[in-house]
Amino acid sequence: MLTLYLPRDAAALAVGANAVARALKDEAARRGVEIRLIRTGSRGMAWLEPLLEMEQEGERLGFGPLAPEDVPELLDNFDTHPKSLGKIDEIPFFNRQTRLTFARCGVNDPLNLDAYRAAGGLNGLEHALRLSPEEIIRDITESGLRGRGGAGFPTGIKWETVYKANGTRKYIVCNADEGDSGTFADRMLIEGDPFLLIEGMAIAARAVGAARGYVYLRSEYPQAHATLSQALQIARRAGVLNRAFDIEIRLGAGAYVCGEETALLNSMEGKRGVVRAKPPLPAHAGFLNCPTVVNNVLTLAAAPTIMARGAGFYRDFGLGRSRGTIPVQIAGNVRRGGLFETAFGMTLAELVTDIAGGTATGRPVKAVQVGGPLGAYFPPYKFTTPLCYEAFDDQGGLIGHAGMVVFDETADMLALARFAMEFCALESCGKCTPCRIGAVRGTETLDRLRAGDPAARPLIEDLCETMREGSLCALGGFTPYPVLSALRHFPEDFTPVQEAAQ
Amino acid sequence: MTQTDTLAQIRAIAMSHAQAEGPLLPLLHAVQDRFGHIPAEALPEIAQVLNISDAELRGVISFYHDFRDAPPGRRILRLCRAEACQAMGAPALIERILAHLGLERPGTTDDGALTVEFAYCLGLCACAPAALLDGLPLGRLTDAALRTALEEPQC
Repeated sequence: MLTLYLPRDAAALAVGANAVARALKDEAARRGVEIRLIRTGSRGMAWLEPLLEMEQEGERLGFGPLAPEDVPELLDNFDTHPKSLGKIDEIPFFNRQTRLTFARCGVNDPLNLDAYRAAGGLNGLEHALRLSPEEIIRDITESGLRGRGGAGFPTGIKWETVYKANGTRKYIVCNADEGDSGTFADRMLIEGDPFLLIEGMAIAARAVGAARGYVYLRSEYPQAHATLSQALQIARRAGVLNRAFDIEIRLGAGAYVCGEETALLNSMEGKRGVVRAKPPLPAHAGFLNCPTVVNNVLTLAAAPTIMARGAGFYRDFGLGRSRGTIPVQIAGNVRRGGLFETAFGMTLAELVTDIAGGTATGRPVKAVQVGGPLGAYFPPYKFTTPLCYEAFDDQGGLIGHAGMVVFDETADMLALARFAMEFCALESCGKCTPCRIGAVRGTETLDRLRAGDPAARPLIEDLCETMREGSLCALGGFTPYPVLSALRHFPEDFTPVQEAAQ
Repeated sequence: MTQTDTLAQIRAIAMSHAQAEGPLLPLLHAVQDRFGHIPAEALPEIAQVLNISDAELRGVISFYHDFRDAPPGRRILRLCRAEACQAMGAPALIERILAHLGLERPGTTDDGALTVEFAYCLGLCACAPAALLDGLPLGRLTDAALRTALEEPQC
């Protein structure tokens, strides 16, 4: 019997994993070979998808990227197949990672709770159930875990605030509205290891005294929705979720701004996803005015590791005040794109050049946008910046959800700056003027700059300052990051047409 | 389906969600899953069951990109035009596909076969350009691959 593993992660499906699975089953049946094909999450090596794995003497051997027509030759001879990648663990992109949160992702059937337990799953929750809420919060605080959604707020302090808040009803809300372009870690985790998120939410619930949790999941992720729905049912049947704590999924409806926590809460309450002024903080008055923990998927998914292996274990990874690991998502125009979980501190140069191998087109890298549509564009001379919250802040950027989008030399930075404004105008919730009006004026002003109006440049700088200082949330407040970084680091792309012609 | 049937179904969907904490979005999703859009005749029913005003309901529906006020085509193609897909040539690809379909902008083809919508990130950024066709992900898109997918029978 041949045991094979093939992802059913959306990224693998997008490049034909189901066609490869059908070819394997058909070809095996034709030959009378018995195979066991286990569908898994993804290892995160997107350029190798569909990536088939074969188990041999306890080792996983990889083959990819596979097409259905590769299958007959593969079944003839695995060892010498041209798409053989050798041992998965020895692929440099993989073995240079520190996989804590994504340790199980891509290894087994994500809906096999027994396999999850066998790989150390639920140890964290079991340990947490033996601790008092104060002890859990102490461990999370000591681990140095900060919110992985982008703001980097210390998780222990947030949990403590909710724990100490008055109120009989408290909620855990998982923010899975992963709208930033270039990010897919939340999706990959939910599709590849959903029980880890469920376990993390149960730990948070135990720490703050919540009886109900919600996962606010974006509607653009139908596969993640299906997998998480099934995982919740399995967890209920197994008693992991029960009367003391249960979780429900809430689907978003295509509004980027609902990734902002207060807009998310309004959306969950059935309102327009409009940002709320803070205070009050969600920790004091969140969902339905009750004390609420709002954490990103990856923040909650880090909690089981901290509980199971100790605060010190987690804190020992990282740089400065950025502790633990961060799953970097390398995307866009790259040779080797995917998810790379590493301790904080790697430089952009290492990630873009060594890990990602430069651009897919083979042209020189022009810019890397870090942190989604609200993140700054970095030029190559700034690639020495180490990946941690403080260093990025110093460089006028942000890590956000740790997505990196790579562009080659054909990128038009003025067009990208205009897109940032256009996106902000499209997605603005409309509550505050700098964002609602500013983004529209921003696209118009950049069009004037393109047309050769020299007065447009000081205007756009002034407008960006107004948006940054005067907006209620990060959408209006951070849209100036991509715009101004493009303007400062790539002035040649902003030279008015007439001037360039002279 | 008669008008009375439609209203009865909408009422049943609304009632089944009425007790949830913050019922409106799940309710609207359920109506759209059933009818492909939010029919105008659904609005008074929903407003009445949830005890909210017509203005509030319309405000919520119009806020979210997902909710449609008219039936879509038989298939729905969501093309991503966010940054990672742009880095891999999505703008030009999208332009060519729209031209191929005879569309000037996102919308439904004249024969009602296909609705094209724009998406801003599908989480398939490491295999860009990407799209969703009837909820199924497509990555490393080329013109040829996309045309083939559109010609394949609906599954």
